[in-house]
Amino acid sequence: MLTLLFDGVAYGMLLFILAIGLAVTLGLMNFINLAHGAFAMAGGYTTVLLMQHAGLPFLLCVPLAFVFTALLGAVMEATLYRRMYSKPHLDQVLFSIGLTFMAVAAVDYFVGSTQQLVQLPEFLKGRTELWDGALGMGHYRLAIIAVCAVLTVVLQLLLVRTRFGSQLRASVDNQRVAAGLGIDVNKVFLITFAVGSGLAGLGGALGAEVLGLDPIFPLKFMIYFLIVVAVGGTSGLTGPLLAALLLGIADVAGKYYIPKLGAFIVYSLMIIILMWRPQGLFVRGGK
Amino acid sequence: MSAVAHSLVASAKHRWWEFALWALLLALPSLLPTHSLLISEITIIALFAMSLDLILGYSGIVSLGHAAFFGMGAYSAALFAKHIHPDPLLGLAVATVVTALLGAVCSLGILRGSDLTRLMVTLGVALVLQELANKLDFITGGADGLQGVIMGPVLGRFEFDLLGQTAAWYALGITLLVFVLLRRVVHAPFGFSLKAIRDNPLRARAIGIPVHARLMAVYTLAAALAGMAGGLQAQTTGFASLDVFGFDRSADVLLMLVIGGTGWLWGGIIGAVVFKSLHSVISAWTPQYWTFWLGLFLVLLMLVGRERLIRPWTWGRRA
Repeated sequence: MLTLLFDGVAYGMLLFILAIGLAVTLGLMNFINLAHGAFAMAGGYTTVLLMQHAGLPFLLCVPLAFVFTALLGAVMEATLYRRMYSKPHLDQVLFSIGLTFMAVAAVDYFVGSTQQLVQLPEFLKGRTELWDGALGMGHYRLAIIAVCAVLTVVLQLLLVRTRFGSQLRASVDNQRVAAGLGIDVNKVFLITFAVGSGLAGLGGALGAEVLGLDPIFPLKFMIYFLIVVAVGGTSGLTGPLLAALLLGIADVAGKYYIPKLGAFIVYSLMIIILMWRPQGLFVRGGK
Repeated sequence: MSAVAHSLVASAKHRWWEFALWALLLALPSLLPTHSLLISEITIIALFAMSLDLILGYSGIVSLGHAAFFGMGAYSAALFAKHIHPDPLLGLAVATVVTALLGAVCSLGILRGSDLTRLMVTLGVALVLQELANKLDFITGGADGLQGVIMGPVLGRFEFDLLGQTAAWYALGITLLVFVLLRRVVHAPFGFSLKAIRDNPLRARAIGIPVHARLMAVYTLAAALAGMAGGLQAQTTGFASLDVFGFDRSADVLLMLVIGGTGWLWGGIIGAVVFKSLHSVISAWTPQYWTFWLGLFLVLLMLVGRERLIRPWTWGRRA
């Protein structure tokens, strides 16, 4: 029981890191980016390929995955995404579906469609049992929770305490006024998009072992990222974090107790929540 | 009649080329009998695309899960034929009614919230149904699909043949009927009120249009027609499998509609023809990776602006 809760929390934290970039893109630029999972996949594959071909250790590959995906995100933002901000949502949806299809086919072509395995370092492989096995914690999952918790705190501080954070929040609230006050909104967008993509890449790298990594990763997890954002709302970090934890625990517990229904519970829950609170669970008031 | 009334009546008139095109389409199965299977396939997805146009092009609802209704129709028709009665028209009517009921329930989910919420709810419904069809394998056959659907003759006279000519005419006939019906619907005051809602829901409500009731009605109608398309597919192929609910199907039909142009009924038909032709050309060349080129096409199309695709005379101008 506690083990399930623990696994659910680890899964949820992972989902949060994966989806937080999407929450920012949606909240900040009002852009529906269905290709977010492709960045996560890019991070995962960076790690796997670096480990397999360059022989780099896992702990070095994960930060590299962040850097690479962030750069990729920056380039994509400057060349492609920026042009799409002002278009209708339908165009954004189709554009990002197109990107996802391209990413899926490209990875399939260059790497192959088989599931990739990540060789974890020895010290992360163990498992600690507490209270006569009532709570079994995989060390790797423990590490994931730790990393994600630290990241969450850092992000929150960045957002609330730094100058860039206030510029970002100002741009979220009102783009035109922010620009009028001399904030370079384009630069804020670029950096935010890059960091968001980088975090997705980091999540993909960390999650390759837990979630599995194959070319259809972006399509398989797209709905999960979207659930985190849609249910959590886009007004802060707390909403998506709680939504991600809820989703992680519900998914793990649902698959354990009622495997016959599988993902059915999660999807139905999402529909019910969205019909009840269309703006998300954790939003004060509505727009 | 006033000038406005004149222009409204004029826009609703059938053009001469529409009659010519429909005559050609109806003659296709006898002109190209060996391609009958492809013709009925294209006709069915054209009907599907038309149903999406009702909610996307006319009412401005972005749906990522329209395949939910297609799949529901397909399974209803297949199950009805297998367990109750093999008559195609009766089965099609049942599939349409069942899907309309589902659509009426789902329409409650698209009334509130932003585009993202609608996207999630529509996508979620399709995923839930797919999951259900997968798990209820004692009814639906699960991942193996529902096999052994034997259809009776259409109208009690025309047997489905191996070449697929009957199937093609059956699909074309039904689609033509729906097309004529939808022409009436979108050019009626009902259709105009939908466009008003699409352009500005707040103002539409202010001039007395019952926004929620209209959206529910059109969503139900679109669902019913999508279910009809699904039913046709199950009947003409004698098979229903999990991929009828797939995300790919919902995405593809969006793309078709965008290629053909939203907000006019021919868009779905033209889009379906172009999409299927593209599909067969590219996948003959590179079967495994054709989605890459599809994605590239989508990205480029969205960057240059999708309105320009169906207006070649604007290609030379700068955006």
